[in-house]
Amino acid sequence: MEPLERYRPIIDDFEAFLAACDRPLGNAVRVNTIKSSVERATAALEEEGADYEQADWNPRVLRLETDSPGSTWTSFHGFTHGQEEVSAVPPVVLDPEPGERVWDCCAAPGGKATQLAALMDDRGTVVANDNNLGRISALRFNAERLGATSLAVTNDDARNYSLERFDFDEFDRVLVDAPCSCEGTIRKNPDALDNWSEGHVSSVAGIQKGILRRAIQATREGGTVVYSTCTFAPEENEAVVQHALNEENCRVVDFDIGLERSTGLTEWNEETYDSSLERAARIYPHQNDTGGFFVAKLEVTA
Amino acid sequence: MADERADDADLEQNDGQRFDRLPETPSERTVEGRVSREEVVDYFADRFGIPLETFDDYTFWEKGAGKIWIYRGEAPTPLSIEAIGMTCLRTRQEHWKPTTDFVQRFGRYATDCVIDLEREEARRFAAGEDQDLEWWDGDWGYLVGAHEVAGEREPLGVGLYVHGELRSMVPKGRQREL
Repeated sequence: MEPLERYRPIIDDFEAFLAACDRPLGNAVRVNTIKSSVERATAALEEEGADYEQADWNPRVLRLETDSPGSTWTSFHGFTHGQEEVSAVPPVVLDPEPGERVWDCCAAPGGKATQLAALMDDRGTVVANDNNLGRISALRFNAERLGATSLAVTNDDARNYSLERFDFDEFDRVLVDAPCSCEGTIRKNPDALDNWSEGHVSSVAGIQKGILRRAIQATREGGTVVYSTCTFAPEENEAVVQHALNEENCRVVDFDIGLERSTGLTEWNEETYDSSLERAARIYPHQNDTGGFFVAKLEVTA
Repeated sequence: MADERADDADLEQNDGQRFDRLPETPSERTVEGRVSREEVVDYFADRFGIPLETFDDYTFWEKGAGKIWIYRGEAPTPLSIEAIGMTCLRTRQEHWKPTTDFVQRFGRYATDCVIDLEREEARRFAAGEDQDLEWWDGDWGYLVGAHEVAGEREPLGVGLYVHGELRSMVPKGRQREL
């Protein structure tokens, strides 16, 4: 937990934050509406005697009272997919519409990519990319299990991604759920902080900047880019978005989700960030009893 | 059907490394051994009673020898990427075989060759077990295994019925102990 000490000045009720980080997280699943309505999925769970609680902010997110959420009929049929509650936030913020062209540039293992396809009623094109071939097999497995037929899978480095392979040359929306130092997953994975170092944070921030810039370049004017991480480090969050504001044509815009959240930072250590970064969301474990997340919504401008 | 097809000598060889969109009809075939869209949707209609129009918004592709994919997004042909949509059918063998994932997604539109299983039979099917089912008097061959979930029939996957035995074709990675 020691790496988290540096956030004491920026997190309200820091002791409650630390205590929450120490508590294991329960099992959450997302209802996959490509295969089942929320009503049918919950009826199927009731039939199996599995208790659940629907998240207030999103009726498709269920907190399951079971130790093995993969051993249910709803999971076997692809009605549900194990996905951390807060991890279902970025696709909702991206808010894609049926028929659009959407890029999930760091997509494996596919929970968010399939959520995007479901939000689009499985109509349109979701290009799910990942640079790691090993993780691509998990992505493909999940996409097929969940029945996503509008999804195309590519294996490339998002930083210099080429659209030449397709018939179109820009996306309507892009999700950048960037590789990160994963501090926010500590409740799920107690080893998450074992390899933490400032050097790692700074090297991963360099990669994040490259991916976010390419994502903005690949999006049409007026289109939307959502940048998210499961970490608290401002170097990987606000500083990365600030870099994009400096280098690309975009602005930070407001969004609403029914979860308690803190605003993005406008200063950290010696650095200051644009005041619009307050529109980003910092979601801490003690606020909604979830994992931690950072989400910023950008509009691509001329 | 063979006489509708171009001479095999004029046809290209299949490139298993890339996605090629299926020709609309056998007469438009340019690659040796490749099935047409028409043959694929006719198979799903003839064997399982899935209405032809179910697939109006979808395209069909081959990548790998006889591996057919169903896709609803945009893509040019040919295309060299990892995956589009989902694998749906194995051709280039004597008996065509649909995939478990396809049957779970589209098997709900099937009216023929669907075998309705009781809960315990469904459990064994999902676990990948073979079981004796002498009561089935329908067709032999590949069937849709199904059971009732929340008041509706729901496909479990592909089964192979021969000699009074239903063999679960649910692949290892998709099998579950329920």
